[in-house]
Amino acid sequence: MSKLLVSTSVNGDPQQFLCDPDTTLLDALREEMGLTGSKEGCGSGDCGACTVVLDGEMVCSCLVLAPEAEGRQIATIEGVAEGSQLHPVQRKFLEHGALQCGFCTPGFIMASKALLDRNPNPSETEVRYWLAGNLCRCTGYDKIVRAVMDAAAELRQDRRTAA
Amino acid sequence: MPSPAYHAPDTIEQAVALLAGDAAARPLSGGTDLIVQMRSGRTAPSALVDLKRIAGMKGIRALSGGGFAIGAATPCTALKDDKALAAAWPGVVEAANLIGSVQVRNRATMAGNLCNASPAADSVPALVAAGAICLVAGRNGTREVPVEDIPAGPGKTSLQPGEFVAEIRLPAQKGSDAYLRSIPRTEMDIAVVGAGVSLVVDASGTCTAARVSIGAVAPTVLLVKDAGAALVGSKLDEAALDRMAEAVRAACKPIADKRGTVEYRTAMAGVLAKRVVKIALERAGVSA
Repeated sequence: MSKLLVSTSVNGDPQQFLCDPDTTLLDALREEMGLTGSKEGCGSGDCGACTVVLDGEMVCSCLVLAPEAEGRQIATIEGVAEGSQLHPVQRKFLEHGALQCGFCTPGFIMASKALLDRNPNPSETEVRYWLAGNLCRCTGYDKIVRAVMDAAAELRQDRRTAA
Repeated sequence: MPSPAYHAPDTIEQAVALLAGDAAARPLSGGTDLIVQMRSGRTAPSALVDLKRIAGMKGIRALSGGGFAIGAATPCTALKDDKALAAAWPGVVEAANLIGSVQVRNRATMAGNLCNASPAADSVPALVAAGAICLVAGRNGTREVPVEDIPAGPGKTSLQPGEFVAEIRLPAQKGSDAYLRSIPRTEMDIAVVGAGVSLVVDASGTCTAARVSIGAVAPTVLLVKDAGAALVGSKLDEAALDRMAEAVRAACKPIADKRGTVEYRTAMAGVLAKRVVKIALERAGVSA
């Protein structure tokens, strides 16, 4: 089977790569584009470590075939910080110690940011349900939830200041 | 294992031709079941026919007369975002949004949930209760098939070679609906038992129409006609609900596995069926 040429956009930059038809988007990101921030935990959509945003919706990149990304917009963990300036969600994860081994963290950051992008004032229950598709075996989730709630509060404050 | 071919046709006719010409080809929408099955080696399709680039395959149309046509590749979260659909058929929309996580629901579709043919598929009992109809595309054009006639057994459908579900149609809502499942967790789990209902109550509080469905208690999701019949003509009093639950339990043919025994599933099917009737009644503005 010949390779497919896929043209897509990753974090705002045009990207082209060659892949087998059943290559996952996760493998294409990691192997073809060298973007190794997105992780493979389970490979079956249960753990969320591979979470990326595809055309504005967060998905498990292990459950997307790379050819499906033709003409689509992809946002990954590599595009969350602006240069050396961490996104508030990233900074709050550090401040709250919301990670230990860090393997799940890129997925949690992507999912948390996706939540706050659409709901700047989530309840703790909403945060916990939204993050149900992201598994963390180190933290017990409590510090993650606190970090997200704190990031939400800071982002709301920033918006008020900017307004 | 050789890599399958990948096709992204623009029209239903092209998709039908690709599927009809290759018995081992599979349609792809959200991929949340199919890609997992491919990666685990449970299925090895020769070709994948991605339906998402076909016009009309993603999205929800309001039908004249009050119903809804839901494109087969419409992800579950898009159902929730459609306020008119969510208001008319809350049971269907909630059932579809119990599946997996947000990440999964942003890809997973009800048509895929149906055609994966799991007995425990959450959206299927709700669709069956609602009286939803599938528009099935195939070599001879399209045909309409009631949702309950699509699953033929675990992992098997009644679809013919070359056929795929192109659209799911919900009728106009004349009453209310509800779906509940029993799981040991609060999220990210598979139904041990599920029950759906759609009912119509007149101004005097008498039930004039009812469809009751159950999931995860038989090889396929079941429409329990006797259970609906037990409600029709009643004021949905406890005696009627007891007769309905008895009909539900009589229809159960569950397996016993690590997630539930035969006895537990059968008993819970009756319990959940009563609960969904009460929720649907509340939604209809009638207190049970």
